[in-house]
Amino acid sequence: MKHLDEFRDPKLARRLVDEIRRTVSQPRVLMEVCGGQTHSLLRHGIATELNEVVELIHGPGCPVCVTPAEAIDFAQQLALEPNVVLASFGDMLRVPGTSRSLLDVRSRGGHVKIVYSPLDAVDLARHHPDQHVVVFAVGFETTAPTTALAVLQAATLGLKNFSLLVAHVRVLPAMEALMQSPGCRVEGFLAAGHVCTVTGFDEYESFVQRHKTPVAVTGFEPLDLLNGIRECVNQLEANQCEVTNRYARSVRQEGNASAQEIVSQVYEIADTPWRGLGVILKGGYRLHGEFEAFDAALRFETILRRVDDRSNMLTVDEQGSQTGCPAGVCPSDDCRSGEVLRGLIKPVECAAFGTRCTPDSPLGAPMVSAEGACAAYFKYQRTI
Amino acid sequence: MRELIEGTILPRFGHDSELRAPPDAAVLPQVTGNLAFTTDSFVVSPLFFPGGDIGRLAVFGTVNDLAVAGALPLWISLSLIIEEGLPIPVLEHILESAAAAAQEAGAQIVAGDTKVVPAETADGLFVTTSGIGRVLPPPPLGPETLHVGDELIVSGPIGRHGIAILVAREQLGLNPPPETDCACLLDPVQQLRDAELLFGGRCVVRAMRDATRGGVTAVLHEWAQACGQTLSVRESDIPTTPDIRGAAELLGLDPLQIACEGTMLVAVKSGTGKAAVRALRNSSTSRDAAIIGEVKKRGLAPVSIQRALGTEQPLDELSGAMLPRIC
Repeated sequence: MKHLDEFRDPKLARRLVDEIRRTVSQPRVLMEVCGGQTHSLLRHGIATELNEVVELIHGPGCPVCVTPAEAIDFAQQLALEPNVVLASFGDMLRVPGTSRSLLDVRSRGGHVKIVYSPLDAVDLARHHPDQHVVVFAVGFETTAPTTALAVLQAATLGLKNFSLLVAHVRVLPAMEALMQSPGCRVEGFLAAGHVCTVTGFDEYESFVQRHKTPVAVTGFEPLDLLNGIRECVNQLEANQCEVTNRYARSVRQEGNASAQEIVSQVYEIADTPWRGLGVILKGGYRLHGEFEAFDAALRFETILRRVDDRSNMLTVDEQGSQTGCPAGVCPSDDCRSGEVLRGLIKPVECAAFGTRCTPDSPLGAPMVSAEGACAAYFKYQRTI
Repeated sequence: MRELIEGTILPRFGHDSELRAPPDAAVLPQVTGNLAFTTDSFVVSPLFFPGGDIGRLAVFGTVNDLAVAGALPLWISLSLIIEEGLPIPVLEHILESAAAAAQEAGAQIVAGDTKVVPAETADGLFVTTSGIGRVLPPPPLGPETLHVGDELIVSGPIGRHGIAILVAREQLGLNPPPETDCACLLDPVQQLRDAELLFGGRCVVRAMRDATRGGVTAVLHEWAQACGQTLSVRESDIPTTPDIRGAAELLGLDPLQIACEGTMLVAVKSGTGKAAVRALRNSSTSRDAAIIGEVKKRGLAPVSIQRALGTEQPLDELSGAMLPRIC
């Protein structure tokens, strides 16, 4: 807790805000990658304090927001199968798939169990040999080591009633895709501190050199965020670009070697669909061939195919409508969450924001999640 | 069943009470003044958690509802729905703790009921308590009387019960495990009553409420709706303990939205907040009481919070269950 109070000191924060305002010679555009950072920026009023000098574009780093609707549909179908339990992080439950959420499915008798750690799901499988436990493996490089470890444990225990629905995503390829997308205005990045704690930040070097954008590895508290912003602004003003670590109390350059080792043992890098962003090259993970016995997509292939057919039908329907969203991305015509996730618009620019779309009746994933940009705006940025 | 009731349950509540020989109804003596009556059901899982158990919780829950209505609890009924297979020693422990809680609150358990349901149709044990209390004059005026300038007080660190339960239920392995605030609020209320005497008998307390489900935020919203003003709190003034803040951060939860079971919100007339806090601090249950905000003229948001950097934001009620974030 000492750390929290230290990094929330209002006086120091005020000083950093003033310093950034003094340094900036022209308005700058930065992207904070992680949804946790978005929430912190808005919650602590930092985005407002820096209004006019630094525009913060909110990145796609909300794991449940970018999990494809088709994966959620598949998870729902699995939960409805007899003798199957779907184990999921709590965050995922309210996120809409193509037509409904896991919470809806649970209220209709679907077997959805909230777990805090995928290892709990291994225990569940061990103690219920008559049930098949599927872990909904979502999230960035931060959660991938825990699901990988669960697979290794299940393999050691010889569990036959345990598998993973893998929807893990990798953050750097998404940053790459955003930089290459037309109309991208981002001049610098606050990299996600938690992800870098696992991956380290060596791999950002070539990104920085290719795109000539500074990257500051940044934490989540007000002073962390202001520090990261100041670093990017200083570099931009000095016409420099490099990777710097502004979250050194958690991140080491080489990252967490044992977590990386576990991930590479279980997963291989794969082109992966992201909700709102489409398929991203090397944008996620899939299980290595030797662990295919734990792949829910193979084990329940017929169910997956059924879900795919249905989703494709919906996709064709949606292509005909004027949504402005990539096909199959948004559950509603009104919802512009695809553009929010790509940083093209702010949530408040969506006509449905706060009226037809609220956390209680969300149209899109970013309005649901504790990391979602729309939810952050709804929570912290409504007029008082 | 008779053996269970007469051998296990009654002896624990038998001290000079009507329960010794089980009649169909307890006959209660006449009381002068108004009565307050309340009921509450308890389905907490796990049955035991750091700092309490379902028995103590069920008694204090009802006692506190009476206390914040300005009443002294007199009689309590206690009904049990027991899942087949609940070990008798577990039941005994819980009953003893309910009896001890009733004694601490100066109330008698005078009626009860016991049902046993088949395994897997309940979660161990469900408890329902009802309570009758005598209203001591003057009772709080009620949240609809809140005026601009009135001060908002919380009687202690918030969010302790909900976090303690969550950590125990999910076996999150925090060490030491966070403890519930489950406690009797009669003494803090009595301290306020005594302090009111210092104000020449004028009641300065507008409203009191124990911040159970939905936490402090839920109470603030209820009061804001009742009075039509905006209730505004300052984040940096809200008392929390380091372990609860840490656990809440870790789980992505806001202590303001987490249930308390021995912590209340008090609204007092403008200018009397400091005196009320001084009075509350005389009780060990509310020794960390603090002024956390005030009633303002109604803005767009019914409840608002001032963050440490000075920005004022809406403070919403929690929608749905507490779903922890994943990273």
